[in-house]
Amino acid sequence: MDHPHQQPGSPPDGTVTATDPAQLERPEEDREFRGLRASFRSFAFPVTLGFLLWYLLYVLLSCYAHDFMAAKLFGHINVALVLGLLQFASTFAIAAWYARFAERRLDPSAALLRERYGRPTVVTPWEAGE
Amino acid sequence: MTGSTLTLATAAGDHRALTMTLFGVFVLATLGITVWAGRQTKDAADFYAGGRGFTGFQNGLAISGDYMSAASFLGIAGVIALSGYDGFLYSIGFLVAWLVALLLIAEPLRNSGRYTMADVLAFRMRQRPVRTAAGISTIVVSVFYLLAQMIGAGSLVALLLGIEGDAAKRWTIVGVGALMVLYVVVGGMKGTTWVQIVKAVLLIAGAALMTVLVLAKYDFNPSSLLGAAAHASGKGDAFLEPGLKYGATGTSKLDFVSLGLALVLGTAGLPHILVRFYTVPTAKAARKSVLWAIGIIGVFYLMTLALGFGAAALVGPRTIKASNAAGNTAAPLLAQQLGGGAGSTGGAILLAVISAVAFATILAVVAGLTLASSASFAHDIYANVIRRGRAGEREEIGSAKLAAVAIGAIAILLSIFADRLNAAAVVALAFAVAASANLPTLLYSLYWKRFTTVGAVSSVYAGLISSVLLVIFSSVVSGTPTSLFPHSDFHWFPLENPGLVSIPIGFLAGWLGTVLSKQSADPAKYAELEVRSLTGLGAH
Repeated sequence: MDHPHQQPGSPPDGTVTATDPAQLERPEEDREFRGLRASFRSFAFPVTLGFLLWYLLYVLLSCYAHDFMAAKLFGHINVALVLGLLQFASTFAIAAWYARFAERRLDPSAALLRERYGRPTVVTPWEAGE
Repeated sequence: MTGSTLTLATAAGDHRALTMTLFGVFVLATLGITVWAGRQTKDAADFYAGGRGFTGFQNGLAISGDYMSAASFLGIAGVIALSGYDGFLYSIGFLVAWLVALLLIAEPLRNSGRYTMADVLAFRMRQRPVRTAAGISTIVVSVFYLLAQMIGAGSLVALLLGIEGDAAKRWTIVGVGALMVLYVVVGGMKGTTWVQIVKAVLLIAGAALMTVLVLAKYDFNPSSLLGAAAHASGKGDAFLEPGLKYGATGTSKLDFVSLGLALVLGTAGLPHILVRFYTVPTAKAARKSVLWAIGIIGVFYLMTLALGFGAAALVGPRTIKASNAAGNTAAPLLAQQLGGGAGSTGGAILLAVISAVAFATILAVVAGLTLASSASFAHDIYANVIRRGRAGEREEIGSAKLAAVAIGAIAILLSIFADRLNAAAVVALAFAVAASANLPTLLYSLYWKRFTTVGAVSSVYAGLISSVLLVIFSSVVSGTPTSLFPHSDFHWFPLENPGLVSIPIGFLAGWLGTVLSKQSADPAKYAELEVRSLTGLGAH
């Protein structure tokens, strides 16, 4: 669904007191937006670097540390298998971590900025049940 | 003809009718959905983006449906069954890759684009050059991916109809191609998404059933399953350790690293995955779809691990190789074995069910790929480059439908060649091209203020040309008995997967193109993109 466009600077519910008209026209200068941008980048960039390095470590160990990976832990379960399953576990954990972070730190800020600078928050019937 | 293929050919007769019936039910049901969806498809947002009305959960299922392709199901199970642990890398790379999409791509893309990947680039670059480049790379990646699906279809048909079925095989592929075009032309994104959802549910149910049956044979003790697989493989403990497929020489180890890099960076550049983020109303729903997809796909890959080792233990590498040298039929053969073996009624039924699920998988993924590539042709190349934005919505959608027919024809023609290749390996090539041509320019556009049109165009073409050329001059295309052209040899590039070289080239070209060009980026445009991508202000 295409969102309805609204004129910037005309908040629908009047929650914003327009102290600085220039600020209303340029959301990128808003302190709230700068905070949102900073918290997104300071989460997404280091975490991406972290899981890529962790994955690369796994790939390199598989290639160049054969004896270490082949060491048996119990039964027929070896280090390679456990490290592979840990990649699954860390993927699930990072996804859950980001979901929590975004819900708490990014969504409220983005919603506030949408309210302040443009259209009303779109709540669609199929989203309400989520 | 060996004894085992004879048995297979005889067994094939018993279940062929059943498979065709089950597959027919799937086709009729999905055609019904498609016609229903087609009636509700009125404008471009409906055709390209399913009206943006899907929920995060629905889209998560559809993404999983797009991603769990014939290559995942048939290819990975086959690689694990034949090469043991080294096949596991595919599953891990395919899964970890979703974090790139989750953290860096899904939400900004949903907010700043409209119908295609190129929309994001065109936001602050010159329209025509970046849309041309992105449109071409979208089509190339999709054709590689289509090829892999068709290989899967070919292997299945060969298994079901026996080795004499060359004409039947061709007709089946033509049938699959015709159906996929019908889905796309009639149902658009709405129809295709529902087909993906139905297929995802079927595939997960089928894989779960087989996993439980495999584990039950070993008292639900994974260690004894692994032991049995290692024993039956004839390679002992080496089967459970890395290195069997890729550990022989220094070059093959580099090939493994190259593959790993392509897998983890490719997903977030796959056009048919990217367009899925437009089918939901908000960035938050796009995030939710990725979260669901990570859960579903992760569980699915854990199951393919059991299926691959199960096929090695219960069917054995000799029988698998006799049926398909690349291992693509390991999963259906395992189903037959689990049902009671070749010639038994139970075996025939389970083989029929799993084959029908695999056919459904191929059909759905192929439809998704056709839609993504024809949408990019129509929206990027036709409407914005050829007609310079003067084409009406109806004309644009009409050209998308024509493109779907053309791309379907190309896929059918290509599939006649390629059945010696492993489906998962060909998909890995599609990932390498996507990671080299699409990901660098997407990341730069979203996160680098100074990025310019010259940078974007150089990045796409350098990544695209280097990855495709390196594949052409690798052993995938010529020089070995399992190559596309086994009788000629013009290969000089030592790696099968080009990612290790072509991904850095894509990133480097984007950077060089930007810093060396005289034009400078428009800071106001970038500020607008950033606001839109982070908040959704002004999003479509």
